[in-house]
Amino acid sequence: MSEVLVLVDHLDGKVRKPTYELLTIAKRLGEPSAVFIGGADKVDDAVAAVKKYGAEKVYVVDDAEIKGYLVAPKAEVLQQIAEKLGDSGPAAILIPSNAEGKEIAGRLAIKLESGLITDAVDVSASEGGEGPVTTQSVFAGSYTVQAKVTKGTPIITVKPNSAAPEESEGKAEQEEFKATISDSAKKAKIVASQPRKASGRPELNEAAIVVSGGRGTGGDFSEVEGLADSLGAAVGASRAAVDSGWIPHAFQIGQTGKVVSPQLYVANGISGAIQHRAGMQTSKTIVAVNKDEEAPIFELVDFGVVGDLHTVLPAATEEINKRKG
Amino acid sequence: MNIVVCVKYVPDATADRHFESDNTVDRKGVPGLLSELDEYAVEQALQLKEKAASGDGGDDVEVTALTVGPEDAAEAIKKALQMGADKGIHVVDDAIAGSDYLATSQVLAAAIEKIGDVDVVMCGMASTDATGSVVPAMLAERLDLPQVTLGSVIESQGSGDSWEFRIKRDGDTATEVIGATAPLVLSVTDQSGEARYPSFKGIMAAKKKPLDTWSLSDIGVDADKVGLDAAWSAVEGTEERPPRSQGEIVTDEDGSGATALVEFLASKKFI
Ligand SMILES: Cc1cc2nc3c(=O)[nH]c(=O)nc-3n(C[C@H](O)[C@H](O)[C@H](O)COP(=O)(O)OP(=O)(O)OC[C@H]3O[C@@H](n4cnc5c(N)ncnc54)[C@H](O)[C@@H]3O)c2cc1C
Ligand SMILES: Nc1ncnc2c1ncn2[C@@H]1O[C@H](COP(=O)(O)O)[C@@H](O)[C@H]1O
Repeated sequence: MSEVLVLVDHLDGKVRKPTYELLTIAKRLGEPSAVFIGGADKVDDAVAAVKKYGAEKVYVVDDAEIKGYLVAPKAEVLQQIAEKLGDSGPAAILIPSNAEGKEIAGRLAIKLESGLITDAVDVSASEGGEGPVTTQSVFAGSYTVQAKVTKGTPIITVKPNSAAPEESEGKAEQEEFKATISDSAKKAKIVASQPRKASGRPELNEAAIVVSGGRGTGGDFSEVEGLADSLGAAVGASRAAVDSGWIPHAFQIGQTGKVVSPQLYVANGISGAIQHRAGMQTSKTIVAVNKDEEAPIFELVDFGVVGDLHTVLPAATEEINKRKG
Repeated sequence: MNIVVCVKYVPDATADRHFESDNTVDRKGVPGLLSELDEYAVEQALQLKEKAASGDGGDDVEVTALTVGPEDAAEAIKKALQMGADKGIHVVDDAIAGSDYLATSQVLAAAIEKIGDVDVVMCGMASTDATGSVVPAMLAERLDLPQVTLGSVIESQGSGDSWEFRIKRDGDTATEVIGATAPLVLSVTDQSGEARYPSFKGIMAAKKKPLDTWSLSDIGVDADKVGLDAAWSAVEGTEERPPRSQGEIVTDEDGSGATALVEFLASKKFI
């Protein structure tokens, strides 16, 4: 069986959940080989983590010469590993569909003269065995599209929450890989980096429940946060709330923010503009609280409350906390 | 300094968008416009021009709006000219229809090379139809230029042909500052600053600005390397998602809303 390369998404050596989803998908297509680009002292933890989700092999690439530069060196690493695998190459290369991952994939597609599919929400092996079939959700979630790569190595970026991670022990055979990074890949330097403060809540992309607030909060997110915490949810926001400076851009949901697809999405004081819908309308269950019964968000909801969020949210939070005991 | 700003003509994202029977995006049934996200790129290009012009050297900067797209795509260029770009280039050729990212970036790169002597290639963060956010990185790869992408704050320093850039890039896990020297590819997000509206004067002036039309042979790209048949990925099927049907809506009266909400969440096992 051919190898399927999976680029490991990690934060300073701590492997993130999308990696396990990619490994799970990789098993459908061939033999998962994780590619870990990181610090030498983080290797053991990372290898142990990907082993649990079925990595048969782990290419370990020391990032000393890579971490100071944006995107380009990582594309060179993946190119060199893919080329080392010879003519048949890997069966596919799976990359997390975040900003960096998509850019790596774009550059890699040119280098390997291979087709590229971005933002897949599902990937399966095709019946005839001629490469993976992807599912994408397009036009603000109003269409699903099935596609296939027809040339070279399928390079696919996969969105978070596209598969339920399945544990299965792999061999996780380690191979140190020494990549050669060109000077031209070092032209865009990372001058400074400020890690985002952990909120203590689930990651927006990974959360099963998202509770979000918009202009209707009037700037005070504590009621939205209260409800989120009672449900163990992540907090999100509309662009109006972000633009008003009430909450950082990292929390924005929609066309120019994050696209989420949780089990439950609770929109509070959000009108439901198309650009916001683009980021949430594939959620399983949608609930909204809005004082305007004409608000377009109500067109999508499974359950809606016409009312003032300043009274509805605290009361609901209190009731939920009481039930939880 | 020469700035090329890449602008895409897209189906209006607020309209009902569809696919054609060959699974390409329906670009006729829906009104098109300059991708809203590329307006931010035009804005940053114009701010850069204004900054260079007001500097010590009083640099002369030319902003060229470049698009690859069908006949109508000239509208995107016109909007950029109205906002203040100096000239437009429209690459249009029947063979381009149905191109994938690889072909689109190849055509854009060839056009940028033909324009020549470009210091800054400015792009939007994503097109509102394809939403790939990959073309800027691909242009950097093809043109062998530094990639300084997804900037929410753009800082520049320099004069003449010598410019340094720093951007703030808000990533998933960190906010980074990325630096590079021109020539380079920049892309900017919708956080980079409100785009200007064309003024009446701008609209009138745009009518006299040059807008060139280039075909594939003008930029030396083989027609059989682009378009639907040459794409390295293929759409096998498209399916419209059934519209969501509206569920129960209750009106809050004296706390009834919260109670009903909690009941609903409990019935779905979220509590
Ligand atoms: C290029 C582009 C990209 C965009 N990208 C995004 C994006 O990624 N994400 C995004 O969200 N938007 C995006 N937008 C903006 C989008 O068009 C809307 O402007 C935005 O989503 C509106 O946010 P809102 O619903 O919070 O505010 P509003 O539309 O002002 O709605 C506020 C709602 O709160 C309700 N309300 C007020 N007070 C209360 C109260 N006390 N209790 C209950 N309800 C109350 C009101 O009835 C109203 O429905 C984008 C726009 C453009 C042009
Ligand atoms: N056909 C095109 N013509 C001009 N610019 C484009 C075109 N396609 C993409 N771009 C540029 O690349 C950016 C990202 O596009 P995409 O990768 O398609 O999301 C856009 O914001 C534009 O600046």
